[in-house]
Amino acid sequence: MQETIKQATPASAQNAIELMKVQTPAQRTIRRLLRNRSAQVGMALLAALILIAIFAEVIAPYDPFKRVSGVKRRSPPCIHLLGCPANQPQHLMGIDGNFRDFFSRVVFGSRLSLQIGIVTVTFAVIVGTLLGSLAGVASPWLDNLIMRAMDIMLAFPSLLLAIAIVTVLGPGLINTLLAVAIVSIPVYARVVRSSVIGVKGLDYIAASEALGASKMRILFTRILPNSLTPLIVVATLGIAGAILEAAGLSFLGLGAQPPTAEWGLMLGDERNSVFNAPHLVFFPGIAIMLTVLAFNLLGDGLRDALDPRRKI
Amino acid sequence: MTAFVSRRFALLLPVLLGILIVTFALVRLIPGDPCKAMLGERATEEKCNAFRERYGLNDSIPVQFVRYIGNVIQGDFGTSIQNGRPVTDVLAERLPMTMELTLLATVFASLLGVSLGVVSAIRHNSSVDVGAMVFANIGVSMPVFWLGLMLAYIFALSLKDTIFQLPPSGRLTPGTDLPSLLEVWGMQDAGGLWRFFLIFISNSVILNSIIQGRLDITVDALRHLILPAIAVGTISLAIIARMTRGSMLDVLTQDFVRVARAKGLYERAVIMRHAFRNALVPIVTVIGLQIGGLLSGAVLTETVFSLPGMGTKIVEAITARDYPVVQAFTVVIAIIFVLVNLIVDLSYAYLNPRIRVS
Repeated sequence: MQETIKQATPASAQNAIELMKVQTPAQRTIRRLLRNRSAQVGMALLAALILIAIFAEVIAPYDPFKRVSGVKRRSPPCIHLLGCPANQPQHLMGIDGNFRDFFSRVVFGSRLSLQIGIVTVTFAVIVGTLLGSLAGVASPWLDNLIMRAMDIMLAFPSLLLAIAIVTVLGPGLINTLLAVAIVSIPVYARVVRSSVIGVKGLDYIAASEALGASKMRILFTRILPNSLTPLIVVATLGIAGAILEAAGLSFLGLGAQPPTAEWGLMLGDERNSVFNAPHLVFFPGIAIMLTVLAFNLLGDGLRDALDPRRKI
Repeated sequence: MTAFVSRRFALLLPVLLGILIVTFALVRLIPGDPCKAMLGERATEEKCNAFRERYGLNDSIPVQFVRYIGNVIQGDFGTSIQNGRPVTDVLAERLPMTMELTLLATVFASLLGVSLGVVSAIRHNSSVDVGAMVFANIGVSMPVFWLGLMLAYIFALSLKDTIFQLPPSGRLTPGTDLPSLLEVWGMQDAGGLWRFFLIFISNSVILNSIIQGRLDITVDALRHLILPAIAVGTISLAIIARMTRGSMLDVLTQDFVRVARAKGLYERAVIMRHAFRNALVPIVTVIGLQIGGLLSGAVLTETVFSLPGMGTKIVEAITARDYPVVQAFTVVIAIIFVLVNLIVDLSYAYLNPRIRVS
């Protein structure tokens, strides 16, 4: 039936019908996002990871922090389906150097990694947005002061600056989060500043001013909501970067401390056993990669979906 | 052109000053008594007084800062708390390793990344293109240190006793001895810049072995660097490939490319001489931007492959609370990073004459 209508209607009329289905920009973005291949894969991966993180207690067969009795240290995975004798207990990813079930630890690690990514980026986005919008609307000297400070932070390779900050604050998970968040502030400040500057000259801002709205009101209700698009993309990709950086610091022993179930730390702890127990290095790395990949793909998809220049 | 270059140099000064302020502040911000922080909680009052005297910590902060700048300009980064050696010597020993690794990784990432990107763009939407982009997506998501460990496992264990076998760690095969140029040339007493330079060249194993005509050691050193360079370079390779592809796709749809084809030029000439040259500016930018990532990657990778570079030293110094070393290494890496960015900026001017004017 549908087909017949399509065939019977000329192309111009078809376009008119399409146009009548009015969509809000948000609906249009979501529709584009759902159609985007990268975004689809990214969202599927992310959904799986979030489910694993929420239901970690249910999924993990053992306590991630307790020794399993009656197993050999660093023994390889034992999976019944793949021919491991049924009389042996099943350990999907083997046993780590402290006799703990590795699968349970990797499962619990998902919680921490997602939290690390989201917490650091949220912090950095809030501070970066405040600084960037301040720079965008404030007097030129304050703008200069803020942006030159950001330039100086960008003069350091980010991981090295994070390492330097952790040196000052002392090793530990919270300090690592803070360090990773601080070093990513300049990126957000720059993005927000440039879009604020782009938006503030537009007519509707002048209209708000003419109506007597206060500067703060204009900034928070008119300018910022309209500068969000690039920020969303950069922040999503930023989560991926933050997870990698935090994992790197933990790998070096500067981040999360044992016995925390953190993927970077797990890799760092077992890096010397790569030749005799490769599974202990393989799985946490894959876990980090999939998480980072999920955010990267989602970020790419969002960029395509939010790009107003893209043809509808 | 001269105006452009001099303006770029003038912009460099505030950034360099900023780097010095940040690194100076970092060490001053360590909570608690700096003496206790560096010498340990059990340091006696006497020792602490001597320590404060020696490092000038009794002076006011501005005086300390000016002295710090003066010292840095003279190449004096103080002495390492761990072993009392001048930090400049430690720098000269550790810097070459990291630079060799970063350089090799840059070459690997740029050559392969650019070729992959160009091929993907020419064969847009083919299986080669899709494959390359899937690889690029996975490449940017891999933790460097994990990739290093996996490469070590594959090339040192799985491919053992094949021609592909590569050493999993270290700078040279154990037992290989390459004397320092200071000894070879009998210049142990050399001082100042000359000493720094000699230690630097001596510790750049590749350069040193070539100078001394020990090509077997050059080969050995390169073999030890292959896996670390692949590990460090892969993320950048992926980013460069994506950028090259995007930039080439943009250029290939432009009119002058159509004109070039219409003139009847060989496709090869159209791609290389017309399209690629015009796609080059964003590619050079992205390669330049990668240097920071590569330096960070080198820090992590050196730890994996037990290479005696800046990364392993920084981690060691942090654990030992050897702040002068951490401070000096941070300054030097930041300065290298800023200079690389400057070179990238200047190279635009060559690639794109429009920038020179604006």
